[in-house]
Amino acid sequence: MSHHLLVAAALAAGGRHPGSAPLAAPGSLRTWRGLIGGAETAGIDLVTLDDSFLLRGGAHLDALLIASAIAPATTRIGLVPAVMTAHTEPFHVATGLQTLDHVSRGRAGWLVSTGDARAEAPLFGRRDALALTDADLLDELEDAVVLSRLLWDSWEDDAVIRDVATGRYLDRDRIHPARFHGRFFSVEGASIVPRSPQGQLPVAIEVRTPAELEAAARHADVVFVSAQDVAGALSILREIRDTERRVARVGEPLRVFTDLAVLLEDTAGAATSALERLDEHAGAPLSAEIRVVAATADAVAQAIGSLHDLGYDGVRLHPARLPDDLGRIERDLLPLLAAAGHHQPADAPTSLRSRLRLPRSENRFSDSRGVLA
Amino acid sequence: MTAKRRIHLAAHIPGVNNTTVWSAPDAGSQIDFSSFEHFAANAERGLFDYLFLAEGLRLREHKGRLHDLDVAGRPATLSILSALAGITRDIGLVGTLSATFNEPFELAKQLASLDHLSGGRAGWNVVTSSDAFHGANFRRGGFLDFAERYERAAEFVTVAKELWNAGTDRPVSHHGKHFDVEGTFPVPVSPQRHPVVVQAGDSADGRSFAAQHAEVIFSRHSEFGAAKAFYDDVKGRLAGWGRDEDSLKILPAATFVVGDSPRDAEEKARETALAQVSPQTAIAFVEQIWGRDLSEYDPDGPLPDVEPVVDATVTRGRVRHDDPAVTARAWRERADAEGLSIRELVIALSGRHSLVGTASQIADEIDRAVQDRATDGFVIVGATNPHGLDEFVARVVPELQDRGSYRTAYDEGAILRDTLDLPPLVEGATSLARDGAAV
Ligand SMILES: Cc1cc2nc3c(=O)[nH]c(=O)nc-3n(C[C@H](O)[C@H](O)[C@H](O)COP(=O)(O)O)c2cc1C
Repeated sequence: MSHHLLVAAALAAGGRHPGSAPLAAPGSLRTWRGLIGGAETAGIDLVTLDDSFLLRGGAHLDALLIASAIAPATTRIGLVPAVMTAHTEPFHVATGLQTLDHVSRGRAGWLVSTGDARAEAPLFGRRDALALTDADLLDELEDAVVLSRLLWDSWEDDAVIRDVATGRYLDRDRIHPARFHGRFFSVEGASIVPRSPQGQLPVAIEVRTPAELEAAARHADVVFVSAQDVAGALSILREIRDTERRVARVGEPLRVFTDLAVLLEDTAGAATSALERLDEHAGAPLSAEIRVVAATADAVAQAIGSLHDLGYDGVRLHPARLPDDLGRIERDLLPLLAAAGHHQPADAPTSLRSRLRLPRSENRFSDSRGVLA
Repeated sequence: MTAKRRIHLAAHIPGVNNTTVWSAPDAGSQIDFSSFEHFAANAERGLFDYLFLAEGLRLREHKGRLHDLDVAGRPATLSILSALAGITRDIGLVGTLSATFNEPFELAKQLASLDHLSGGRAGWNVVTSSDAFHGANFRRGGFLDFAERYERAAEFVTVAKELWNAGTDRPVSHHGKHFDVEGTFPVPVSPQRHPVVVQAGDSADGRSFAAQHAEVIFSRHSEFGAAKAFYDDVKGRLAGWGRDEDSLKILPAATFVVGDSPRDAEEKARETALAQVSPQTAIAFVEQIWGRDLSEYDPDGPLPDVEPVVDATVTRGRVRHDDPAVTARAWRERADAEGLSIRELVIALSGRHSLVGTASQIADEIDRAVQDRATDGFVIVGATNPHGLDEFVARVVPELQDRGSYRTAYDEGAILRDTLDLPPLVEGATSLARDGAAV
């Protein structure tokens, strides 16, 4: 247990439990200031924001734009919106996220997903997305990450020179067009956005299949996995390290977070019956999708502590009910985790990369220029 | 006595061209959020109707290489406007977004989100620019004919309005020439329902698109006579769509230089123009028309004696408005007649500021243009970032207020459409044209 555990919260326009009530005002900036600002104050390290083009999951706004709007009002918390890759132009994906990194002063991350690409196809009506297999969509996602990383490095940090003598604002040799030609799309030019504070934004993927894990091991920084118990958690962790070796991953190992839906009440009995009521209301148990702990804060803290002991870098908590369970996580659970030495809230502004203990990202092109020079 | 017409002003966020002087001592970062914070706070102090952001989806090129003389690099429109929503209260947030390189369902979702997050202050400048150069950054590419650009834009706006009208209440089913959209929108109806639609094209197609779909036009015509002609032309088209004159605001771009005296203003204008048109910029400017490399020419010497070649690709990423051969001839005649060097000519052509004088003179000029119906106001363009509008707000705005034609406070909680004194939307409409209006 060499490091403190990182605590993420997964936010959406309602609690993780489909049987819970949606947020009263999902469109109001004040709602999001309350949720994300509160999470920051309580010491949560980062939030992920759910998104979809479908109404499924309830009425909601664009996650990247919520994160952008909230960025100036926060200083420490990582902001990791879901941005999907199947229907959005990859150029817009990369530049929008880069802008989030600028406005948050280095706290942006990307929860990359294919979304519900086939179900969303009729909303766009332009691609024959129905013909795309899961493997195609994942290949496209990988291309979108590779392209984004190229665009994020397309400006070297010192490309703006403001050289009055020669009249040049830019050093064009320090800008590198993407020239990406893939199976699904091509992008020719450099980013329109100068390199952002983190350079390379941390890329996170929710991993549920071996194929997704392989994609993550090749291209991502963070994975969110799900296991029903300690044995499962341990075997997933092994599988991750095996996969990293198999794909010959270079650089930092994946930061591994486990997903946990939490419902907190003062007594175990109250928690269990609250969950039963929600399951009944939804018509299906939440535990079919994700590990659920409905318990007291003490019991949840212990469960989290044992995941930490297994070697997980972090835990991503999905409040079963929003805002209630987020409030209880902040009030009751985080102090217990801190007291037990599992978690330490950040007390100063830091980049998301350094929050994740990732090194500064050097621009790949600066190196080559150094060698040539 | 009838009340004075109200002046509407927008604050143009300093952009990617040689109007923005990057060499000034107080020129700040083009991308750090602190620049945007300063710019927005100042504009809101000056009670501008909205902040305005242009867009270009590929870095500009000149003679086959990145253009390195002007400011380059900017944030993505939607994320920066959303961040600005988080630090402002009353000012509108209008961004330029291409109807060619976006999809209606997605852009409608983003704009409705921005309208929610800003409490009804979102606007969308619909541009149609489409060419293979920009298209190379997108799946869609740049294949649209000129004639099809506004057709696609009009259908785009119509689909977006269908989605905004429906909100999460009912599915939308749209099947047209350019788009097939079938399904339910995930964003609830937003405070303005439709973000304000702005248009910036100049052609006949562009103007008629505006007459049907736009609530504001960002125009190039700021000089009184040209502004008046544009105003009369466009407003004259409105009746055909059953719209009245005040339902579409026309705001030309205007640069300015404030001085302590008329002479001081002239001197400062000259200095600014010299900074905007460096010797290298002057040559590049002429190369755009000559279609060939002129780096051997002396910027302080006469125009090239060689003939221009027609090469539309010498500069890429900018919109062209004129015929190079005709332009070159006119420039030569003018340079000969007035004895101008290359740089002096370029300054005379491009470095002229729209509003030059004391604060009181500038206020008079703005007020007259609005009262005489040459315009509804201006998009004010500063020369530096982020301080370019500081002086305007400190000195010209109080003068405008003294003339009784500029607000002294925002209306509490006003949506952008109300700040612009636009009529309320007609329930359920997807176009601003009144039912049964003649085409
Ligand atoms: C004042 C003005 C500002 C414009 N700003 C932009 C811009 O920021 N981004 C863009 O892609 N096109 C911009 N355009 C280009 C227009 O969208 C349009 O493509 C161009 O004017 C050609 O259309 P037209 O033939 O109707 O004028 C602008 C045009 C004008 C007149």
